[in-house]
Amino acid sequence: MARYDSLLDACGGTPLVGLPRLSPTVPDGAPPVRLWAKLEDRNPTGSIKDRAALFMVRAAEEAGRLRTGDTILEPTSGNTGISLAMVAKLRGYRLVCVMPENVSTERVQLLRMYGAEIIFSPAVGGSNQAVATAKQISAEHPDWVMLYQYGNEANARAHYETTGPELLHDLPTITHFVAGLGTTGTLMGTGRYLREKVDGIQVVAAEPRYGEVVYGLRNIDEGYVPELYDASVLSRRFSVGTRDAVLRTRQLVEVEGIFAGFSTGAILHAALAVAHEAVRDGRRADVAFVVCDGGWKYLSTGAYGGTLADAEDALEGQLWA
Amino acid sequence: MAIEVRIPTILRSYTGGAKVVDGAGDTLGDLLVDLDSRHAGLRGRLVTEAGALHRFVNVYVNDEDVRFLGALDAKLSDGDSVTILPAVAGGAFGFAAAAAISQHSAAAAATSSHSAAAAATSSHSAAAAATSSHGAAAAAVSQRSAAAAAR
Repeated sequence: MARYDSLLDACGGTPLVGLPRLSPTVPDGAPPVRLWAKLEDRNPTGSIKDRAALFMVRAAEEAGRLRTGDTILEPTSGNTGISLAMVAKLRGYRLVCVMPENVSTERVQLLRMYGAEIIFSPAVGGSNQAVATAKQISAEHPDWVMLYQYGNEANARAHYETTGPELLHDLPTITHFVAGLGTTGTLMGTGRYLREKVDGIQVVAAEPRYGEVVYGLRNIDEGYVPELYDASVLSRRFSVGTRDAVLRTRQLVEVEGIFAGFSTGAILHAALAVAHEAVRDGRRADVAFVVCDGGWKYLSTGAYGGTLADAEDALEGQLWA
Repeated sequence: MAIEVRIPTILRSYTGGAKVVDGAGDTLGDLLVDLDSRHAGLRGRLVTEAGALHRFVNVYVNDEDVRFLGALDAKLSDGDSVTILPAVAGGAFGFAAAAAISQHSAAAAATSSHSAAAAATSSHSAAAAATSSHGAAAAAVSQRSAAAAAR
């Protein structure tokens, strides 16, 4: 289908493309091991977050929490903010984003262009602080609606109802699903759906491992685990460092022509790890992974060029995923 | 050969500031007991009284989360690399695209002016919401932003 009544109706239904060049070579006679990329950059604002934003807003509307002209409040500096800003604009809401003050100017410009207002939280506390600040503001503004993607079941449900079924329809032989672990919505929703439908499915998480400054906690008790997270949905969880994420991001565009952001590189790194294990064990594998967004928003980091060490250096201290 | 253990900043008070320490053990549980013999108190920050990994602690063996490898019973071999990290929302893709944070000295000036702009925006929000108690929170945020800009 290529015609839609509105931009919101064009959310999801993204292509799943094979990666014949990046898929590992298997010995003669061994079962095939194939990599597949789910191109979530083909969503209305260019990221997988459009799905969650649309579902969270719809759920709030259906529950009577959100009426035309209301204000939505959300701690986000990234793709969710952009997705929510687009949905809010088209559905008639005001959006206030809370984000760390040290995000890129592109981010600020994009959000304002889509009509979002921005409240900055101190850089020192990172995104934990943005969440805390948003919760504080929310408490002071009971009339503002915080969708709170980290704990909103509609975030995971978006993937249970759309991403999961799309994957199974396009790849009935799927053996592994690999995605990024942030709010955990993608993995929880898609993972639950696939576990119900596919015997032995492996649900694999890739989480970014940042430079030290990003983990700027004073003690362990300041840690944070999203309310949506249920470890029993996952089969494995990989921590992927900056260098590996950059390497894979570059490899993806060089070898397969897919220009993605660095979070996708981290996911591809984990996908390749499970694919190579399957080759080693002589098992058939159809590994589907998520391309979260395109690389456009990250060009200013300079991490697409130069040596890997330069790129690692350029991303040090950044929330690159 | 030993097992290399990466210690996060917030736990380096237990390792005399060391970023990486060596340890030994057949399982993660054994390794933590071994480490505690030289870095007293470290284990207590990672393992609860009930004997489970602390909720806000993530431990990785060769980049894989140990909770999916048997947690404290996860098997270890010489040459393995163990990384301990606190669980943060900064690991969240919800904050995806928050790229280009300027932590480099080269970009310090830019960060500073950007933060100033941030503070200004925040003040604006505070003004807009001055009819309610929200103004207080936004203003507080603004002050903190300004403080950050001043650094």
